[in-house]
Amino acid sequence: MPTATIEDTGERLARLQETIDDLLKEAKRQGASAAEASVGSSSGLDVTVRLGEVETVEHTRDNGLGVTVYFGHRKGTASTSDLSPAAVRDAVQAACAIAQHTQEDRCAHLAAPELLATEIPDLDLCHPWAIEVEEAIALAVACEDAARGYDPRIVNSEGASLSTGFGIHVAGNSNGFMGGYPTTRHSLNCAVIGQEGEVMQRDYWWTTARAASDLEPGRAVGERAAERTVSRLGARRLSTCEAPVLFRAEVAAGLLRSLVSAINGTSIYRRSSFLLDQVGEPIFPDFVRIYEEPHLLRGLASAPYDGDGVVTRPKDLVTAGVLQTYLLDTYSGCRLGLQTTGNAGGVRNLRIQMGAKDRQAMLRELGTGLFVTELMGHGVNAVTGDYSRGAAGFWVENGEIQYPVEEITIAGNLKEMFAGLQAVGNDCDFPGSTRTGSWLIDRMTIAGE
Amino acid sequence: MVRLSKPTLIIPPSTQTFIMTDSLAIARDSILAPAGLAESDLDRLLGSLTSASIDAADIYFQYSRLQSWVLEDGILKDGSFSIEQGAGLRAVSGEKTGFAYSDELQFPALAQAAEAARAIARSGQDARVQVGKAPIEHRLYEPLNPIESLADQDKVALLQRVDAEARRQDPRVREVVASLVAVQDTVMVLADDGTLAADVRPLVRLSVSVIAEDKGRREQGASGGGARADLGYFLLEDRALSFAREAVRLALTNLEAVDAPAGSMTVVLGAGWPGVLLHEAVGHGLEGDFNRKGSSVFAGRIGERVAAKGVTVVDDGTLPGRRGSLNMDDEGTPTQNTTLIEDGILRGYMQDKLNARLTGCASTGNGRRESYAHLPMPRMTNTYMLAGNRDPEEIIASVDKGLYAVNFGGGQVDITSGKFVFSASEAYVIEKGKLGRPVKGATLIGNGPDVLTRVSMIGNDLKLDEGVGTCGKEGQSVPVGVGQPTLKIDSLTVGGTSK
Ligand SMILES: [Zn+2]
Repeated sequence: MPTATIEDTGERLARLQETIDDLLKEAKRQGASAAEASVGSSSGLDVTVRLGEVETVEHTRDNGLGVTVYFGHRKGTASTSDLSPAAVRDAVQAACAIAQHTQEDRCAHLAAPELLATEIPDLDLCHPWAIEVEEAIALAVACEDAARGYDPRIVNSEGASLSTGFGIHVAGNSNGFMGGYPTTRHSLNCAVIGQEGEVMQRDYWWTTARAASDLEPGRAVGERAAERTVSRLGARRLSTCEAPVLFRAEVAAGLLRSLVSAINGTSIYRRSSFLLDQVGEPIFPDFVRIYEEPHLLRGLASAPYDGDGVVTRPKDLVTAGVLQTYLLDTYSGCRLGLQTTGNAGGVRNLRIQMGAKDRQAMLRELGTGLFVTELMGHGVNAVTGDYSRGAAGFWVENGEIQYPVEEITIAGNLKEMFAGLQAVGNDCDFPGSTRTGSWLIDRMTIAGE
Repeated sequence: MVRLSKPTLIIPPSTQTFIMTDSLAIARDSILAPAGLAESDLDRLLGSLTSASIDAADIYFQYSRLQSWVLEDGILKDGSFSIEQGAGLRAVSGEKTGFAYSDELQFPALAQAAEAARAIARSGQDARVQVGKAPIEHRLYEPLNPIESLADQDKVALLQRVDAEARRQDPRVREVVASLVAVQDTVMVLADDGTLAADVRPLVRLSVSVIAEDKGRREQGASGGGARADLGYFLLEDRALSFAREAVRLALTNLEAVDAPAGSMTVVLGAGWPGVLLHEAVGHGLEGDFNRKGSSVFAGRIGERVAAKGVTVVDDGTLPGRRGSLNMDDEGTPTQNTTLIEDGILRGYMQDKLNARLTGCASTGNGRRESYAHLPMPRMTNTYMLAGNRDPEEIIASVDKGLYAVNFGGGQVDITSGKFVFSASEAYVIEKGKLGRPVKGATLIGNGPDVLTRVSMIGNDLKLDEGVGTCGKEGQSVPVGVGQPTLKIDSLTVGGTSK
């Protein structure tokens, strides 16, 4: 449990580094020409309450180690939840056994030594929360109470939960890299059910942060969950039509994630992206800047080095609408004849430059069309960019919300949607590592009745 | 939610008889013995988890081994092996659950977890618990280790044959990624109700994905299959190579696809994997936890009509060798064939022990968990609709204008509003009773409680999927199966771009 782990963080870090040393030494002993390893140890507390009563109290405690060995350009990987010396030996042996059967792959190698992180800056990611079970329960209950008391149409609840976690992750490789640091993450969420006539609707809200003091107050989380739920009551369907679509900030973040997966090095070298050969080309209108900030203090996705041990760097992905780079790790960089961009494991703290308009102004800009607040399903084709998702939201006329809508789909193609981005709002109002306001897309097909 | 695609007939591997205590013996050898845990230790642990104010308590031991291989660009470039082991300890008092787990299996670590878990209840004397006997009846698969069922070089060779088969189909095939995964999951459950049961669960899966390129247009096709069997499963009946051919066929079909239609229309769903409809539209909504809490649109509707006459949907965990099948669920309850909807009338929910006890019924053997580090909850196994009597061709011929959707990528549902989606990855327009051009993937959206009332024809061609489905609920993934015959739905919203 987090409270028990705060004092001995330094000692645990040292112990995990020893395990990495042991893994690398054992790999060498078993004949590997190179190796990389990571170990993690985490613990936490999750409590869930429902209708004012405790539902679950979970104490979590996870350990894991992973090792990849290289025999020249052949590699093998093994992992286990056991950190004992015997498990270290067995894991290396299992990885070596795998490497007997994998084939020569010229890109199977560690990152070059000069790219590896040598200093690990303190990104202020560790703020353990010494919260007792009873206190956690009380906070969750207060959050749910705020939701249940918000409106008489809130008739039921899926509950509120509070979770807190502390973890240490250490990684190293035989090119001399060794890094490790502790992190914490805390969150509070609430989901309630509203009813009007025979029809029920559910919605939720949440807050998450590295430090408990940065969490939104429980009361605000509960009220927001209730407000979102109530606003969905009385939803209708729409007739099939074409219209401009405003994506609420939290669903617009999904469009940013689609961009990130399309420019991921693996998608590019596998030719499974709709953005092949687009670096240096305009893919958005010229007002668009998209960037990552991996070193944000207390950032939820902050990291000083990537999954290969390579230093992470702030950078633009899109400048003035033009795609600047793919997101590469050591392997995909090699496959494409490029250098890694320090993105093994993904993008960290993704942002889009926000415009000047608030929610109301964005709705006025939308004029008459669809304000999408929820998307369902997996209808994004990464290879073609074809986009077809289930949706719910509000029908808007002349900038004014008219009524909630549901059981509709929106469809288009991501390439055209990106090019058709009209404006980005300044209405970023959701937690998480991705920051964006709402997105106004010029035209999409809405299917309904 | 269900991910990944692909139907066509699966032939369950023949199950051979074996002595069921094998599983328990294997569990003792692979879990208890290495940790130095004796039977008396188990009694003590369960006793310390249980007190006067605890209604139920259980301990779930797990030892899981996984091996995977990935071939890309004709090179077997990645392989990995992983071991996961641990124990989850649960104490339940009324609707309250205390839970702790440990990846260390030595007695002191487990005793500490037991103490944390039981703190949910007011303190009391330790209860005396005597662990009992296993009530397992099923022999749906052998307690084998699929990782050792084929030599490593033969696994590599199998993936290379899959790659070559895909590439020789058509010069437009550009990229091929093939992967092979074998898992042996050994679980053991002890509960204060006398349950002492173990299950050794093999699971194998082979996946192929290809990119075809023609005149600057690129499209993907994916296929695969799996079962609770050894890796010999993929060598039977040319199965592995047929997945390669199917992935190529899908990619080439998509190269010809035109924009999908938009709006409400008649939809004919193919047999097999399109049963993901049932999983999303009704399956999740009929899980016992949502109904106890009243958060499902189906809550309190037992005995009511929720589907057209002729529609019967079951959840059956007892099909030999299937991906969603289990000899027992993760609470030690034997799985069963549960009728959810019978001739259009809602008959029952899927239950685990907790929800069954709180709603005064019996567990249906649907208590499942992703691992020892997760709490069990009601989950589906293999969910399918029974066959009707229509010829599939007659069904298509009856449609003047509509969509024929045969492959899907997965779905999602909001169990409270009942709205669900599932995304077609292979579909054709139907015009005047005939299949027309293939159309691009599109999401279909509907309302769970009324979509099945619009089923107007049911095919005689029930098929189960190839064994690739994974269901996600509250962050926990478990393997599942789906199936159905060809179905005609009179009106469903299709999310294409062409009017
Ligand atoms: Zn599901």
